[in-house]
Amino acid sequence: MTTTNTLPLIRGVQNSPLEEYYTSGHRTCQGCESALTMKLMVKAAGPRSIVLGSTGCMYVANTTYYSTPWVVPWMHTQLGSSGSAATGTAAGLKALMTKKKIKDEPINVVSFCGDGGGMDMGLSAISASLTHPEYNHLVLCYDNESYANTDIQASGATPWGANTSFTPPGKLHRIMQKRWKKNMAAMMAVGHPGVRYVATGCASYAVDLMNKIRKALTLGGPTFIHTYDPCPKGWDFDPMYSHELGMLGVETGIWVQYEVEDGVISLNGPSRMIARGRRKRKPVYDFLKRQGRFAHFTDEDVDYYQAKIDEMWEKWWLPGIIPINPEEGLQPPPG
Amino acid sequence: MTISTTDIREKEQLISGSEAIAIACAMADVDVITAYPIRPYDTVMQFVSKLIADGTLSCEYIIAESEHSQFEIVKHASAVGARVFTGSSGVGWFYAFEALAVTCGLRLPMVAMVGNRALDDPGAFGTEHNDALAVRDLGWMLRWVDTAEEAMDAAFMAWRVAEDPRIYLPCAISTDGAFLTHSQQIVQMPSQEQVDEFLPPYDRGDFVLHPDNPITIAPQVNEDWLIEIRRQTDAAMRRARDVIIEAQDDMNRIFNREEEDPFIEEYMTEDADVVLVGMGTLSLPLKVTVRRLREQGKKVGFVRVKWFRPFPAPELQVALSKFKAIGIIDRDYSLGAPQNGGVLYTEIRSALYDVTPRPPMIGFICGLGGREVTVDSSTEMFDKTFEVAETGHAEEPLLWIGVRS
Repeated sequence: MTTTNTLPLIRGVQNSPLEEYYTSGHRTCQGCESALTMKLMVKAAGPRSIVLGSTGCMYVANTTYYSTPWVVPWMHTQLGSSGSAATGTAAGLKALMTKKKIKDEPINVVSFCGDGGGMDMGLSAISASLTHPEYNHLVLCYDNESYANTDIQASGATPWGANTSFTPPGKLHRIMQKRWKKNMAAMMAVGHPGVRYVATGCASYAVDLMNKIRKALTLGGPTFIHTYDPCPKGWDFDPMYSHELGMLGVETGIWVQYEVEDGVISLNGPSRMIARGRRKRKPVYDFLKRQGRFAHFTDEDVDYYQAKIDEMWEKWWLPGIIPINPEEGLQPPPG
Repeated sequence: MTISTTDIREKEQLISGSEAIAIACAMADVDVITAYPIRPYDTVMQFVSKLIADGTLSCEYIIAESEHSQFEIVKHASAVGARVFTGSSGVGWFYAFEALAVTCGLRLPMVAMVGNRALDDPGAFGTEHNDALAVRDLGWMLRWVDTAEEAMDAAFMAWRVAEDPRIYLPCAISTDGAFLTHSQQIVQMPSQEQVDEFLPPYDRGDFVLHPDNPITIAPQVNEDWLIEIRRQTDAAMRRARDVIIEAQDDMNRIFNREEEDPFIEEYMTEDADVVLVGMGTLSLPLKVTVRRLREQGKKVGFVRVKWFRPFPAPELQVALSKFKAIGIIDRDYSLGAPQNGGVLYTEIRSALYDVTPRPPMIGFICGLGGREVTVDSSTEMFDKTFEVAETGHAEEPLLWIGVRS
């Protein structure tokens, strides 16, 4: 295994690096939280990095010929190829370093995908990439809960009931999106026991997200981070509220902030407080009412949504993370 | 199949086409190889894995979870400057199709072995050329080989041409399933020194993806630039002809080979009245048939097309215009094509349009799904081509040969 960069944790926003490696030149929408995720991602990773980007908003809106925002080397990969791009780049570097064809030095390999590319089409390649302990790379799935680049079509990450261009409410069917969001980070952590680091994050909690990126890259081997990115266009809200929507997602318990480091899971920030009973979850209505994609919801729909979130926190084996329960006789995990 | 430990320093080896290419991987010091099982190409990866296990080959060897990932992984390894090898067959090659397409646009050298196989459904393991031919419009260089020795030489040639900075395009070596992938032949091996002299290291130059060279690769270009970029890829493919000629000259000199023409092989064509034209291992029954018919006083010959992309139009124009009639054998199909002809037939018909005199032409589709092309069926094709020579045109331009009624 090649060596990794040791990236120290950032203690507070005032101590975060000043240098930017994702700068002007992109043309993402106003209030795009995924663009902020990109910026924090490379700010945390630093200049000795290679970034691979699969097709999606963060390809098409970011990277127009002659106006790239990337200061670090960047390469496009196909919609379902974020995992393969990470493996191929890391393997190529390792081979060349092992054979002394290039200088042996730590290089961060970061490959990103959207929720469509990562949680739908690219799932098998990401899964495979997480089975190669000898390659150091991070796959980051920025989740804005739809195929937002192609006109807001429902993906495997779109929440129940949301109005998308493939699931519009109509006269006969008010709810066209009948599926619940995939439980991606937990699936990656539980399904790939050799992986040293899996986390969820949200750019509303910027320092936390940067530190998660740094932990992933420092620990090495294949790692995975899933971020929650409010999308003004897809979720239909005023761009000035992106940050607030991200926080509301966490505070209502819809999105859970956690990390799994060497097989030990810990919840972070408000999610940790909620799990320990020190903070009450806000009603999901506070989150839903702020977005046009749920404007067609009836009171019953809101109640149903709330009941599903309550179930996550009250009935799941690990609140908000593991949606299965042991049969009698099997020991549940300690506190 | 038993995978033996081959000592690649032996000067003469009895090996299959797959094993020949696996040994070429070791001698070319390939950096990254990706495998995924599908018959019949996967035998090359069985040999590759054994060579790695025995310490003969040193590389990153990744068993991918699909053909799409197989080709995407080596694509990205090539972008950081690693020499790569992969391969597939039949529908597996099609599963990777997206990756096959973008590799050309990215101008990334990649060498792949295609163990030619029929496309399912219905299921069939045998040879058919439609798998590799499907990429013929995209910028892949395509080579068809006949013997294990040619497979090995073609592999060295493929890295050399694909990685040439004037080219930077992927190259596929097509080997007929079973007939070549699984059949052993005597190969005269080049030495490591000869391979090193022939094959320089892969240098990605200013296009390498590395923190010391912070470039952005493949941004969105749309109508602003795409046609210019396609035109550049076209220019690279056009340059490939000269680079292949140059490489073949070097190979003949360094490996002591006697391949006069890198693009086509002519067999007993000098005084021939009619010839058949085909690709791959069907040359064996065809050459036997040529010899037998010549014993009966019939002036026949055989032309084998070795490179399909770049297509050897200039060579075929010179070689084929002198015959009274030509018959084109396709181990493929192109349903609904002009004259209902196969792919090779259609391409050669197009290549000869401006030639004077233009020989009358007939097309044959045979050997699909790996059905054996026999001396009898070859004789039948020669007979039909003689009829065309006599009348000056083909009553039926395209015939399916050896098909049960």
